[in-house]
Amino acid sequence: MNVAEVVGSTAAIGYGLAAIGPGIGVGLVFAAYIQSTARQPEAARITQPFMWIGFAVVEVLALLGIAFGFIWQGTIP
Amino acid sequence: MTGQTIVLADTPFPPTVEDFYPPSIAPWGEQSYWFTKITLLVWLSVAILIIYFLVSYRKPQLVPTKKQWLAESIYGFVRNNIAVDMIGREGVRFAPYLASLFCFIFVMNLWGIIPFFQISPNSHIAFPIVLALISWVLFIYLGFKKHGAGYLKFALVPPAPWFILPILVPIEFFSNFIVRPFSLAVRLFANMFAGHMLLLVFTLGGFAMINSNVLLAPISILSWAMTIALTFLDFAVIALQAYVFTVLTASYIQGSLAEGH
Repeated sequence: MNVAEVVGSTAAIGYGLAAIGPGIGVGLVFAAYIQSTARQPEAARITQPFMWIGFAVVEVLALLGIAFGFIWQGTIP
Repeated sequence: MTGQTIVLADTPFPPTVEDFYPPSIAPWGEQSYWFTKITLLVWLSVAILIIYFLVSYRKPQLVPTKKQWLAESIYGFVRNNIAVDMIGREGVRFAPYLASLFCFIFVMNLWGIIPFFQISPNSHIAFPIVLALISWVLFIYLGFKKHGAGYLKFALVPPAPWFILPILVPIEFFSNFIVRPFSLAVRLFANMFAGHMLLLVFTLGGFAMINSNVLLAPISILSWAMTIALTFLDFAVIALQAYVFTVLTASYIQGSLAEGH
């Protein structure tokens, strides 16, 4: 007897798990930027490009998850 | 435009990768992919950029007209806020490349949210790959030009104790020469891909719900309202990705041009 059944692609579950890390990472990047500008408002312009670089480097992990989710769609039979 | 999912009434709901391949619009048969919407949009982007910058600089005036002001502020933004900020004084000579890169990526991405076009050519990985390869070749070339053969040592051997080098050198090689172009391409591609997919899910999802049960109509309307909201979010992503691609290219160039450790 099946109590609960899951059908379809497991990639969605995998992507959900894969997005946790980048989510935390992007949060940390922006938290650090906000904190540094609050402490030192003049430094806002100087640190901005580095914030975007850090954001982009972390964000690519989540995006790799999207791309690979389509490449390896393991399906539950 | 060009017959892509115009009849939405019986659209299969979960959008698939197939939705990224619009039908051929050229007179060379149904199955030929020589001239599709994607091709058209790439040519249009190039034409728009060339014509716009030519026209706005045709008669440059001391007190700029509106067109000239816009063109100047785009170039000035890339030159001052990206090239000079990231690379330094030397960066001015890369400003033309960075500005064309920025404008091209921005216009290509923008097709993703312009009504009736609504697919970005950059959601096919071929275009980001070419852009990333150009940047990759550029920063490696600059590195070799600046440091000679010593660039390999400069890029691969960080100042570290000798016993850790067998681990560090492969990591540096992997991150500098393989991950950099790969992540540049995949970042741009996946953002555009995911943006288009999100819009498709919410639009087609609305139709799927209203087709399955009329009582779900309010939720369908909510779903379409979400589509509009997501279009604005997509605009932010579009501008950000154009900026990020350019900033990262500038930062790689700066890494190649830097003096020794």
